[in-house]
Amino acid sequence: MEHEKYIRDLSEIKQMMNRSSRFISLSGLAGVFAGCYAIAGAIITGRLLANQGAVQGAVQVIQIDRDLLVQLFFIAIAVLVLAIGTAVFLTTRKARKNDLNIWDSTSKRLLINFFAPLTAGGLFCLVLLQYKLVGLIAPAMLIFYGLSHINASKYTYGDLKSLGYANLVLGLIATQFLSFGIYFWAAGFGLFHIIYGIWMYKKYDRKIA
Amino acid sequence: MKNLISNINKAFDHRVRLGIMSILMVNEYADFTTLKELLGVTDGNIASHIKALEKKDYVKVEKSFIDRKPNTRYSATKKGREDFQKHINAIESLLKQQITKS
Repeated sequence: MEHEKYIRDLSEIKQMMNRSSRFISLSGLAGVFAGCYAIAGAIITGRLLANQGAVQGAVQVIQIDRDLLVQLFFIAIAVLVLAIGTAVFLTTRKARKNDLNIWDSTSKRLLINFFAPLTAGGLFCLVLLQYKLVGLIAPAMLIFYGLSHINASKYTYGDLKSLGYANLVLGLIATQFLSFGIYFWAAGFGLFHIIYGIWMYKKYDRKIA
Repeated sequence: MKNLISNINKAFDHRVRLGIMSILMVNEYADFTTLKELLGVTDGNIASHIKALEKKDYVKVEKSFIDRKPNTRYSATKKGREDFQKHINAIESLLKQQITKS
């Protein structure tokens, strides 16, 4: 039937447009590195808090003085810069290897859709800090980070969605165990990244290499 | 009705050609390997279809070197985009008519 052929044609067109417009150069290895940086950051943070006489397990009630705050802030920025730097480097390498452009419509859309919720989350965390709701920062970071991944997954590998949901659920659980915020944070940003990165590396990167 | 059928473009009436155009519609350009991997057909097959589209002035070919390796990339011309859009519209309205008829 002509009719059926045209329906097939349309679905073929749609599928091709979808598949070719997703950014597929994202490196799985970058996830592993990001996870390692996050765990290192969490360990240093834990040490600093312990040094300040804060009992681990009661992180949310400590008086955070200005020096400590600055130190923690720098750790967070360092982890972020290292993670993003490594991701950009590895992703560029992968794109080049596959003769794909790193800066095209798919990567632009991916970045916008990833950073929009994430930026909102970052600002929200600063507000939490402003009102001294320190205990809620780790859960909020996990929740917003999860949402960012769910949002971004439409523009790259769909697998990103599972990491997003995992972080989202973990963040919600963490709201009920505020004193263990740093452990939840290390699990979400560290462990999940590493597991996910290895999974992605095995599934996509090695096959191409 | 006659008008609609005349908009159905014979140049796009093949799975591979349809695929190539779909990819080039949503991407600035695509290289040979990308097209091949996305469509899952052989080199010769895809080359002949690209040539057909090129002859119709629907696809533009650019040859260059990346790290001293030859690289060929394809993009849809303005005419190609317009005619492909017409083709899709024609299919859609044809289907709509058949649905309302039955």
